[in-house]
Amino acid sequence: MGTDNTALSRREALLKLLRVAGAGAGAAGLGIWLSEHSWRPEAALAMAAKHGHTVVADPNLPEMAIIQGGEPTQLARQAVEELGGMRRFVSRGDVVLVKPNIGWDRTPEQAANTNPEVVAEIVRQCLNAGAKRVIVTDVSCNDARRCFQRSGIAEAAKLAGADVILPDPSRFKEVDLQGEVLHAWPVFDPFLNVDKVINIPIAKHHGLTGTTLGMKNWYGMLGGQRNQLHQKIHESLVDLADFVRPTLTIIDCYRILLRNGPTGGNLEDVLLKNTLVAGTDPVALDAYVAKAYWNMDVDALPYLKMAANRGLGTYQFEKVRTSVKKLS
Amino acid sequence: MRLKPTKLRVFSQITFFLLFLFLLLRTEFRGSLSASGSEVRLPYPVGLFFQLDPLVALSNALASHALYRGLLWSLVILIPTMFLGRFFCGWICPLGSVHHFFSSFKSERKRGKQLIESNRYQRWQTTKYYLLIVAVVAVMMGTGIVGWLDPFSLLVRSLGLSIVPATNYGLRAALAVLEHSRFAPVQTVGGVLHFMLGTLLLSFKQPYFRQGVWLGVIFIFIVALNFRITRFWCRALCPLGALLGIVSRWSVLGLVKSAEHCNDCNRCLLRCQGGDDPAGGVPWHQSECHLCLNCVQECPEHSLKFKFFPRQKTVGTNLQRRKVLTGLAAGAALVPLVRSTPGFAAERHERLLRPPGALEEEFFLSRCIRCGECMKVCPNNALHPTLTEAGIEGLWTPVLVPRIGYCETSCVLCSQVCPTGAIWEITPKEKGWSVDVSGAAKPIRLGTAFYDRGRCLPWAMATDCIVCEEWCPTSPKAIYFRTAEVIDAAGNVKQVKQPYLDPARCVGCGACEHACPVQDRPAVYITSVGESRSRTNQILLNRRRG
Repeated sequence: MGTDNTALSRREALLKLLRVAGAGAGAAGLGIWLSEHSWRPEAALAMAAKHGHTVVADPNLPEMAIIQGGEPTQLARQAVEELGGMRRFVSRGDVVLVKPNIGWDRTPEQAANTNPEVVAEIVRQCLNAGAKRVIVTDVSCNDARRCFQRSGIAEAAKLAGADVILPDPSRFKEVDLQGEVLHAWPVFDPFLNVDKVINIPIAKHHGLTGTTLGMKNWYGMLGGQRNQLHQKIHESLVDLADFVRPTLTIIDCYRILLRNGPTGGNLEDVLLKNTLVAGTDPVALDAYVAKAYWNMDVDALPYLKMAANRGLGTYQFEKVRTSVKKLS
Repeated sequence: MRLKPTKLRVFSQITFFLLFLFLLLRTEFRGSLSASGSEVRLPYPVGLFFQLDPLVALSNALASHALYRGLLWSLVILIPTMFLGRFFCGWICPLGSVHHFFSSFKSERKRGKQLIESNRYQRWQTTKYYLLIVAVVAVMMGTGIVGWLDPFSLLVRSLGLSIVPATNYGLRAALAVLEHSRFAPVQTVGGVLHFMLGTLLLSFKQPYFRQGVWLGVIFIFIVALNFRITRFWCRALCPLGALLGIVSRWSVLGLVKSAEHCNDCNRCLLRCQGGDDPAGGVPWHQSECHLCLNCVQECPEHSLKFKFFPRQKTVGTNLQRRKVLTGLAAGAALVPLVRSTPGFAAERHERLLRPPGALEEEFFLSRCIRCGECMKVCPNNALHPTLTEAGIEGLWTPVLVPRIGYCETSCVLCSQVCPTGAIWEITPKEKGWSVDVSGAAKPIRLGTAFYDRGRCLPWAMATDCIVCEEWCPTSPKAIYFRTAEVIDAAGNVKQVKQPYLDPARCVGCGACEHACPVQDRPAVYITSVGESRSRTNQILLNRRRG
């Protein structure tokens, strides 16, 4: 019997069939496996990162220090000294985050950002107290590169020895803020996992709330659609302050922005006050500065009472232990 | 050992390409953590290649009857070309080097014969001269479309607005995989890589550009043409090559072919870049030669030499009168034809927001070379190439898109990098956005903000907001508010602050539109009316012009 040249041999045909069957079985297996793993994609779960940064209260030391009549560096030095010195707040080996307001593309004279010399002095004090690392950062509103440079804060803080971190858009983490109105939000990751947090806002006018002080500064740790927060501004301020619970708050009133805040720009809106208000009770600090410079009572700023109810401090600033000092 | 002249050429090409790439990547304000300085400027002369470009200079001179800042430097290229020929194309031009590189993949073994034939001079190589004529006449008639084809415009636009953002995207995606890995060492590697790439290559933020995909596809297509015909772009299309070809007509450096040594092997054609016929038996086309020197090196008989004042007949630019006339006519007809539609004069696009410092549209269109430098440098990614907003002639000119990015209050970087003065160089003080803009000062205005009360939260939804007022950068603010009593869905009386706009103070920066929480179609938006560069596009009788 002659071989049929037009067909494969039995052996070859069998092998070919086996290959095809193998590939078919593989495809079917993969398909079945994949079909069992189909679920609707969910956004990554927000991580729980809430922890306070406060230090133990000392009944012999003031809770609020008001220092007047000096240059920024002196004022900052004196304020911390009145409150018991930086060693009370920063322990050896701590990682400290210093949060000035670097929100706007403005120079120090325009008083839209925290005074750079105050920031630098606080950084130096933290390092002297033994901090391992001091981070200075903010999530700016205007272009961050311009804000960090033109505010003078990047340069001053870097010279003082801080790590200045620009808000890199790839470094935000979805965090559960565990608040009443704020839940999952992207938070700039240097704000997470630090030992101590020092808030250094600047006192400014603000259209919606009348004034922006310490607690409003925490907007600057968030990414995402921050522009929605105005819809429930008082509730969200308290949620953020509750999430952070800072070690120390220093409200920069060296220059204050009286009108057209929080952006300002016009030097006529700026008033030189040569003052710093520092303390461990963020609610009392905001209440005091609002009354002192904008003559706003507690009822005009509903977030103060909400914050007090949440246990963040007291709005009755007259009742906190206060040290007032005038430098010559 | 003597350094081969072609090695020297490759070295020069690589150097200039890297310089170009460096300057392109630094056409970005990266911020300095160790400098304060109230005025922000770029540390490098990022427009260097445009200033060296005689075509940009010619176009600018024809459009403005003057030469804008720095364009005089183009003489550094133009005058040596008169003496030496198109050395620029072979030794310096970064786009030429890209084409050279991608042309060099054709295998001699597989396609040697075909390669030799494709490198003979072809009549279609004169196309570039006709394109140059059309573009030059068009710029005289008032539109700078020469930039569509100018090699640096093409390169900056394609790389800066498409290839670089795409590279950024790809690298970031790869880094994210590493950084979110479950294994700590992989994360560390990712972090280190991110830092290194961040300082060298990556932008601060991922940039996006309208039409980026098309600009990229066009560029890739032009580069891919090299796989068919060596440096097709340079031979057939490049108007700068054409200009340099014309001025090299009287060049004193020429190719001398000694016919007695030539054995007609045609090896000189194998790697010829310009398609200028260095082979024996035909005249050499001086104006096509890139002086790449490959023919001299390839010749086994050493019968080709470049000499000063050669005694040999060459062919210069050889154009047909009829086509030249067609080119002239086409260029002359182009502008009147596109302006017979209402876009330019009678019905300007309401969203045609030009960058601060931009000249009045008529002057702007004639000077702008559509290069994209302003778009690349904008820190807020606010400037994008137009598609139809500025008419067909305005294709790829810059437009501000506030929803993507607003104009930063004291930033003037786009005016610093513009090579032609289409965006005239201004200082932050001249821009004038930080002071009271309604008084004696005359700020630059880009347009005017308007409210869509049907979408605005305090107007339509009884909800507090006024983020627009918070962001408004002028002082006093152009956005003001009144407290009003509204009734919410449950019937409760509520007090909210409702925003209004003062057109006397609005500069049209777009910060309000950018910050508006109504994410898809904002409740406040900018249109171009009131732009200070225009005398006619105005609303108010008493609003001062800048």
